[in-house]
Amino acid sequence: MKLEDTLTPDDILASARRDFAAAATLPALEQAKARFLGKSGAITERMKALGGLPPEQRKEAGARVNQIKDGVEALLKERRAAIQTEELDHQLAAESLDVTLPGRSAGLGGAHPVSLTLKRIKRLFASIGFEVADGPEIETDFYNFTALNIPENHPARAMHDTFYLADGKLLRTHTSPVQVHYLQDNPPPIRIIAPGRVYRCDSDVTHTPMFHQVEGLWVDETVSFADLKGVLADFMANFFERDNLPVRFRPSFFPFTEPSAEMDIGCVICGGSGCRVCSHTGWLEVLGCGMVHPNVFGHVGIDTERWQGFAFGLGVERLAMLRYGVDDLRLFFENDLRFLKQFA
Amino acid sequence: MQFSEAWLRSLVNPKLNTAELCHLVTMAGLEVEAVEAVAPPFSKVVVAEILTAERHPNADRLQVCAVDVGAAEPLMIVCGAANARAGLKTACAMIGAELPHDFKIKQAKVRGVESFGMLCSAKELGIAEAADGIMELPVDAPVGKPLRVYLDLDDQLITLKLTPNRGDCLSVQGAAREVAAISGTAAQAVDCTPVAATIADTLAVNIEALGACPVYCGRVIKGIDPNARTPDWMARRLQRSGVRSLHPVVDVTNYVLLELGQPMHAFDLAKVAGDIRVRQALVGETLALLNDQTVELTAGTVVIADTDGALALAGIMGGAASAVSTESTNIFLEAAHFTPAAMAGLARSYSVSTDSSHRFERGVDPLLPAPAMERATRLILDICGGQAGPVSVVGEPPERSATIAFRPERARRLLGMAIPDTEMNVIFDRLGLAVAGQGETWRVTAPSYRFDLAVEVDLIEEVARVKGYDNIPATRPKATATMHPQPEQQRGADEFKTRLMALGYQEVVTYSFIDARQQRMVMPDSAPIALVNPIASQMSVMRGSLIPGLLQTLSYNLSHGQERLRIFELGCCFLSTEHGDQPVRLGGLAYGSAHPEQWGEPTRSNDFYDLKADLDALLWPAVASYEPGEHAALHPGQTARLVLAGQAIGWLGALHPKWASELNLNRPAILFELDWANLAARPSPRYRGVSRFPSVRRDIAVLVDNRLPVGQVLETVRANMPVLVTDFVVFDVYQGKGVPTDKKSLAFKMLLQDIEKTLTDSEIEGAVAAVLNLLAARFGAVLRA
Repeated sequence: MKLEDTLTPDDILASARRDFAAAATLPALEQAKARFLGKSGAITERMKALGGLPPEQRKEAGARVNQIKDGVEALLKERRAAIQTEELDHQLAAESLDVTLPGRSAGLGGAHPVSLTLKRIKRLFASIGFEVADGPEIETDFYNFTALNIPENHPARAMHDTFYLADGKLLRTHTSPVQVHYLQDNPPPIRIIAPGRVYRCDSDVTHTPMFHQVEGLWVDETVSFADLKGVLADFMANFFERDNLPVRFRPSFFPFTEPSAEMDIGCVICGGSGCRVCSHTGWLEVLGCGMVHPNVFGHVGIDTERWQGFAFGLGVERLAMLRYGVDDLRLFFENDLRFLKQFA
Repeated sequence: MQFSEAWLRSLVNPKLNTAELCHLVTMAGLEVEAVEAVAPPFSKVVVAEILTAERHPNADRLQVCAVDVGAAEPLMIVCGAANARAGLKTACAMIGAELPHDFKIKQAKVRGVESFGMLCSAKELGIAEAADGIMELPVDAPVGKPLRVYLDLDDQLITLKLTPNRGDCLSVQGAAREVAAISGTAAQAVDCTPVAATIADTLAVNIEALGACPVYCGRVIKGIDPNARTPDWMARRLQRSGVRSLHPVVDVTNYVLLELGQPMHAFDLAKVAGDIRVRQALVGETLALLNDQTVELTAGTVVIADTDGALALAGIMGGAASAVSTESTNIFLEAAHFTPAAMAGLARSYSVSTDSSHRFERGVDPLLPAPAMERATRLILDICGGQAGPVSVVGEPPERSATIAFRPERARRLLGMAIPDTEMNVIFDRLGLAVAGQGETWRVTAPSYRFDLAVEVDLIEEVARVKGYDNIPATRPKATATMHPQPEQQRGADEFKTRLMALGYQEVVTYSFIDARQQRMVMPDSAPIALVNPIASQMSVMRGSLIPGLLQTLSYNLSHGQERLRIFELGCCFLSTEHGDQPVRLGGLAYGSAHPEQWGEPTRSNDFYDLKADLDALLWPAVASYEPGEHAALHPGQTARLVLAGQAIGWLGALHPKWASELNLNRPAILFELDWANLAARPSPRYRGVSRFPSVRRDIAVLVDNRLPVGQVLETVRANMPVLVTDFVVFDVYQGKGVPTDKKSLAFKMLLQDIEKTLTDSEIEGAVAAVLNLLAARFGAVLRA
């Protein structure tokens, strides 16, 4: 008679519980299991011994052994699940990251604030059907002045501080020459904006010798001054995302438009109560505009009896400064990354 | 143009306060640039006379004054000013007065003596920046009169910022006319009644430069009082227009210029020899001007001359020799018209700018010389006495422009507003425009001072202006809804920018003009496009490349603490001044570590291949090939020329070490510059079937000549490989132990797949063999054992 035979079923279960609990890992648990359910395990031995019992005892003894076996297997299953849970917990704990460490990146790029502003302007005008046109930055006197109704020695030329090149050409002082190129090449109706660099021989706190403008031109049969007011007021309200942005149009003078106007918006910095930016007037001058002068149409052979339209020119840096609160124009061309990175 | 509000209101006085008046004028297109009070608010300050001034019993520096302020009894006032003395007329702030800076005058004991007011300096009243003692008023100042009234201090200085077309408003009369028209108030005309001659003296005038000077009025005035003084009211108006009072005659000419807009000049008759000639300047002629500047006259300049030579720069400035002085008793007065065409740019060419030239350049009413002459004569005779000769008028005012055809319907269509005919008629009437004819087309004639009105649209603007831009509605235009083509095979600039930003590049915008030396660095063999008038020497030539600007941005940021940069710019470069020679380029630069410094990976510098991968990503799905190339600014061994669809599109390479050392760079700067025009195209996608059968990988390693460019191998194989081979990639390049020194080992991964079936071993081996044969045949490649 073996030792196990003398053990009661309760003893066997207690011993299995003890042995399984002592097994810390799955392999150790398997070894412990073998002692009960293995080839020569306590239960296996008992099962084997059943064959030697008289048939009348066999059924009862068999039921008893099976009961013990079920009990041990349940214990085993329970312990196995516990160990698996522990091991997973352990693995998870070991694998946990410091999620606060920074990610590995190639670094972040971004747009220049002028680009950002231009993109915004282009999108707004594109939404009402404007296309984008461009033209050369080195221009002839004809396109920059004459075709725009600015004859030689006109006082308006003195307002332009032009950069000249040795061959008599010049750096365009405004984007308006694009109007002329476009009108020469395309029959009306026309709805374009022309963004680009322009140059003036002027450099101080509020002037850089290069800056950006967006020219706009809408020519059709009935496009009127009232339409000009509507489109530009709409643009400013949407650009600054202010539904009730006050606007006003003042008569002005540009040789290539008539009637001409300066457009003011209520100061977006102080809300109109007066501040340094608006020189305490509550108004900001934001663009020049007007109805295309018949002489401009005349230079490009457009029938002024049939076609009419408006043009405008706005300063991109000016709008960028107002929109993003930049207080120094020169920052735009210093390209200090600490400045540029703010506009991603 | 600056003037006193009171002066303006003496000619037109609408029922509007200052702010309303300024708003009205601004909204009519005469922008009010500034409004400034002549004096800050103060009260209870009167003209006073010091009757006696005695030493203060307890203080050496103080005096106790008996001051007559027009009351029954004099006031006793303690004063510390050194100039307080008996008999002085000065300003006295009485008890209860409020002075600027919240200063209230109370009865007070000063060192034991009661003081009943304060004697004031101009500074204390805020009417001067500095003062030396209390105000000294003229002996005839009326005692007891409020100082504000006496000195006319309840006045504003209005500064108009006029557009170049409104030369007619460069006078108080012009501004008044405009205010009258837009406010609907009547304006008072300036009295220009002819002054009858009392002597017969004249000076003959010959106009030789008729094109420049169509009309010239001259007049001799004799026997003026050399001791005459400019009256206070005139001096004050001049001063409030920023003009210093000099000599009564000069003051009158300046006054008439400000009042009517007609520049005038007065010569000392004793200094004029013979007849007056209005002629072109002679070559080599010089003239000493009133501002002590001596100029050498150039062709195209018109001068007023006598028989001895030039006396004055016509329409710009008088000469020193013939100027009116305190000695002058006989004068010759000039009021002439000089055309804008003749005057344009002339003053600037002599580096002067005067009130006179400013007006003539913009245009002056050609009918103005005669009335201005009468106005000035009257004022001179009143102030200086003397006797006037007859006015000599030589020449004739230029022909009035023809009447302008005006169609009310056209105005309504252009403005987008149904303004009735009658209203437009009223507007023209208010502006002094004569309207003839009715119906569809009117004939409108502008007065001589509105020389800016020449065509129909000028009149439409007048209608809009007087109607008020604010009163024209803001409408949304109706347009035909036409779709704009969106070519799929063209990419816009924004798409490239977005990709570069995603690759970690920051956009920059640099100046289009650069240093000539930087230009030589990128284009050593071509003459730079130089500016005639650069703003600075380091901005003197137009850039032929984006590289100098990118390098300058690099230097700037390195000196401001940055260590790693990835930047790009999209912009024009200039190869010549021709329209077609201003290519838009996309340039970039990377400097410093490949990744921002971090904890997770070892730091290494950017190199050629980092940027090559970036460019591949930028161009994808277009694929460029890279050929060894040469570029003046780049490292000769690390430069590739990019070719796309058979066209060279630009460069990629490391900055040449000689430039790197010049810029003190201690790590490689990798640069690229691509021609925008050749980048934009992209193939549109075309579907090909995707195999559902397994793919097989085979790796091969071969030995080839170590100078063989790998790109050539890849391109050749990809162009000629069996259809079963779907991918062919280099994954190792090795030189060293086990490889002969003139060879290198290249390892390739091949992926094989059939679209219709699973490949057999023999098919696979056949395809691999075909590639190996190709490599052997083209490049003498030997399979490594």
